[in-house]
Amino acid sequence: MKRIYVNEEYCIGCRLCEVYCLTQHSRSKKIIKAFKEETPRALARLVVEEEGPLSFAMPCRHCEDAPCVAACITGAMHRDERGAVLCDEERCVGCWTCIMVCPFGAVQRSIAGRKAASKCDLCYGEHTPVCVMHCPNEALVYEERT
Amino acid sequence: MSLNLLASEFQVVRDDTRCIACQVCVRQCANDVHAYDAESDVVYSDETRCVGCHRCATLCPTRALTIRLALHEFRPNANWTPAALYNLYKQSQTGGVLLSGMGCDQPYPVYFDHLLLNASQVTNPSIDPLREPMELRTVIGRRPGRVEVTQGPEGLRLETRLGPHLVLETPILFSAMSYGSISYNACLSLARAAKECGILYNTGEGGLHPTLYEYGPWTIAQVASGRFGVHPEYLRTAAALEIKIGQGAKPGIGGHLPGEKVTADVSRTRMIPEGTDALSPAPHHDIYSIEDLRQLIYALKEATNYEKPVGVKVAAVHHIAPIASGIARAGADYIAIDGLRGGTGAAPTVIRNHVGIPIELAIAAVDQRLREEGIRHQVSLIAGGSIRSSADVVKAIALGADAVYIATAALVAMGCHLCQKCYTGKCNWGIATQDPYLTKRLNPNIGVRRLANLIRAWSLEIKEMLGGMGLNAIESLRGNRDHLRGVGLNEVELNALGIQAAGAA
Amino acid sequence: MRYVIIGNSAAAVGAIEAIRQHDTEHPITVVADEPYHVYSRPLISYLLGGMVDEARMAYRPRDFYTRYRVETMLGVEVTQVNSQTQSLMLAGGGVLTYDRLLIATGGRPFVPPVPGVDLEGVFPFTRLDDARQIARYIERHHVRSAVVVGGGLIGLKTAEALMARAVRVTIVELADRILSMTFDRTASRLAESLLRRAGADVRTGLTVKEIVERQGRVEHVVLQDGERVECDLVVFAIGVRPNVGLVSNAGIPVQRGIIVDRQMWTGVPGIYAAGDCVEGYDLLLGENRPIAIWPNAYRQGYVAGCNMAGAERVYEGGFPMNSVEVCGVPTISVGITDPPEGDGYEVLERYDREALSYRRLVLRDHCLVGMICVGNVDRAGIYTGLIRARVNVAPFKDYLLAGHFGLISLPREYRKHLVVGEGIEV
Repeated sequence: MKRIYVNEEYCIGCRLCEVYCLTQHSRSKKIIKAFKEETPRALARLVVEEEGPLSFAMPCRHCEDAPCVAACITGAMHRDERGAVLCDEERCVGCWTCIMVCPFGAVQRSIAGRKAASKCDLCYGEHTPVCVMHCPNEALVYEERT
Repeated sequence: MSLNLLASEFQVVRDDTRCIACQVCVRQCANDVHAYDAESDVVYSDETRCVGCHRCATLCPTRALTIRLALHEFRPNANWTPAALYNLYKQSQTGGVLLSGMGCDQPYPVYFDHLLLNASQVTNPSIDPLREPMELRTVIGRRPGRVEVTQGPEGLRLETRLGPHLVLETPILFSAMSYGSISYNACLSLARAAKECGILYNTGEGGLHPTLYEYGPWTIAQVASGRFGVHPEYLRTAAALEIKIGQGAKPGIGGHLPGEKVTADVSRTRMIPEGTDALSPAPHHDIYSIEDLRQLIYALKEATNYEKPVGVKVAAVHHIAPIASGIARAGADYIAIDGLRGGTGAAPTVIRNHVGIPIELAIAAVDQRLREEGIRHQVSLIAGGSIRSSADVVKAIALGADAVYIATAALVAMGCHLCQKCYTGKCNWGIATQDPYLTKRLNPNIGVRRLANLIRAWSLEIKEMLGGMGLNAIESLRGNRDHLRGVGLNEVELNALGIQAAGAA
Repeated sequence: MRYVIIGNSAAAVGAIEAIRQHDTEHPITVVADEPYHVYSRPLISYLLGGMVDEARMAYRPRDFYTRYRVETMLGVEVTQVNSQTQSLMLAGGGVLTYDRLLIATGGRPFVPPVPGVDLEGVFPFTRLDDARQIARYIERHHVRSAVVVGGGLIGLKTAEALMARAVRVTIVELADRILSMTFDRTASRLAESLLRRAGADVRTGLTVKEIVERQGRVEHVVLQDGERVECDLVVFAIGVRPNVGLVSNAGIPVQRGIIVDRQMWTGVPGIYAAGDCVEGYDLLLGENRPIAIWPNAYRQGYVAGCNMAGAERVYEGGFPMNSVEVCGVPTISVGITDPPEGDGYEVLERYDREALSYRRLVLRDHCLVGMICVGNVDRAGIYTGLIRARVNVAPFKDYLLAGHFGLISLPREYRKHLVVGEGIEV
């Protein structure tokens, strides 16, 4: 299965991945509108960590043996037919068990509006996730690794 | 601190209807032009530090930024130009030599832009490079004046031993840029691109990083006045050696890599203490004559068992023709001539802008002189110093070069925006810097791809131009000035270039 | 070859999903006494509080059994397991044979022998039916006040659910503080103040001595100290014990829970067990014991399922972990959170009263063995990962509680493993 991987050597900490992720998961999917007009503002599904010259984006790994899927108390966290781990935000009650068990810290709390776990959905419906598409330095790649 | 008399050179125009305060510009500017104010959720810009590198504008996801010249208008004065005044303000403030990066930016004539190429019409057919073979392969090195063959049982046998040669798939090389002046990722990109394109790159005076040894067959190792990074393994690894006498951007003076750029890795590669300024002397202290140069050439040949071509790089200056003749007679396998507009990581602005001669004139003079002396075949000529396009390549070769050196164009392919601030070590494009936060910005995979694209594109264009002239090999173009005509040039210039005026014939 | 699973909750689903990964052929039968499509047990307090509706109780989609080709016998009680004949006796006289059996009978609520527990208006709270009955009782009898016995996580969720239905709640806890099993004193105090602010009364160090009726229904309770607390409803939410009644005379080894090995095998040919009814491996204590939490149940069921289908798999072990919101404030507690003083443990704490954020980390032999996050729970899983992977945190101990703590603070090797994805199995 194709996953998003990060080459931390080339992550320049610009955080454009976050900007485009947020836009993709906004209601309008229009960048300026998503930031300036939509409230609550959509959440970026990945976080860039930075310290000194080191930085990297941390999207969900869509683990083979996903602890969040195993631990989810409602069944909202599930694996789709592609193998992607998705959170059905309608079924999520915001208990944050997934946050407790994800060793990557890749699940976030969405609390503006209805509480629900918020995570990378590999940009469902897009050919390539937008974070990868817009990474200016190709630090994020979308590929199959064995 | 007293008043800074300099007004900012640039203006950052931020379209507030587009700015989403994502702070990409804040993070990307190593000069701290942009700052985010969390309280008001607004990004402000202080353009006094802006160098006009466009990093922010290029990455801005909403295209909210435009960088413009800050057009502060002085009372019109054709003599005391704003540039002259700014230099005076800077100099009276710092008391130091003004530095610049990249090549001369003054409005001297660019002769390439006054040369036009020929094309076949009716009387001789042009060649379609997509349908017929077209040879761009170029051999650099000494050619024998005559060859001896003997008739053996299996046919003719070549008796003359041919000298060591470099074979280029296209008549372009990446010219010298040292590790230290540019980042490791930039060096790696050049090395990998050279390999991919079947050409060579040049270490400059930066030594050779151990991880780049594998690109040895595509490497020209430079030996300059500081002898930085020179050791037997270095010489043995490279495909050719180059004695650097001078550089177009700063003829007659040495080099100066500030201590801040001499990181642990650079210090190991150059074999100098970490954090110390790397000072290359103006002259080689063992070369005060052509005879001395000959000794160094042969010392290097000796050291490498006469298996590698040894070239000499000089800046294009007055009397370049007899200088080149002397170099050829000293035993060099190629002469690299670097013109007035050649780039640098750092040079005194006054030197960069006022010393040397344009490469077009130098090549024409040298080619003419070597032909007249009957020694043109003994040495190859590589022309450098602002080759901006495939047309410049073709014109340089028609003027007499065997191949060209490109560096600025290669840097631009990797992202350089010619802000001329290489010497600050804060290159926002991750090229002319050793700051680990900035060097990451040049992903060598992208660098290689872009460089290889450039070489491929230029090669295709060169083939088109050659075909148009009815030539099917780049060799046939070398020194073939009949394919050039001058426009807007006076008699003296036409003579110096050895060409006719357009329309005259 | 026939798989039979007794029980229909997290462990059962884990087992079904595992079996079908390895065996798409042989029949699976699920027998459970609850007559419902598999539902999410932890959600019963959400249902009672009106935070979710019945439709959202489903733990797996409605077509789950069909898609996984599972035959269900729901609402059917198993009365006996006969390991000799590899068969189950069903209430009503039926017999069901198996080749591989998973016992996933879960827990049964612990209700102490207090006079009056059988009165109308006294409920346990572990099943969907409990939630429905309590809700119905509240409506029918216009319940205004309730006593919740038990100040653990279930007790808290029960209290919150009742408060959401405008019922005044008194929580009675035997220990000297609420959440004594999962929290340290600071976090307990924080939780208690949150509950009080939300209108609950909290009585600690006390038990209910007697439940007193009026016209056959609860009217008040008498606490140990003689105090009388008026209430229309009493809910026992003390927790669960492994539900092992079924197997106690089937030759399956049982102590507090069913004894299993790391492959969730009971030692009796063909019989596996998983979930709240077993003593699973505790990774931190290095011994087996019951840890009745949902994630462990699923995981154990999954491991059991793999082994039942012939794919060897070892249960890595679990440890206690809970993520619960207390009056809207998220809390997470994992592992050993309140170790005995000294004893080789080291505790790091950061408490920001203003921001209502508390973090406590417990270290042993340079490894993280427990943590509590209250308020800001973001990325708490990174700690859990460190606990599970037993990473030596000594080199970056100072960063653990830093505001910007993240994967970037971790040693390069562990980080690369996680970030660059050299091995994404966790």
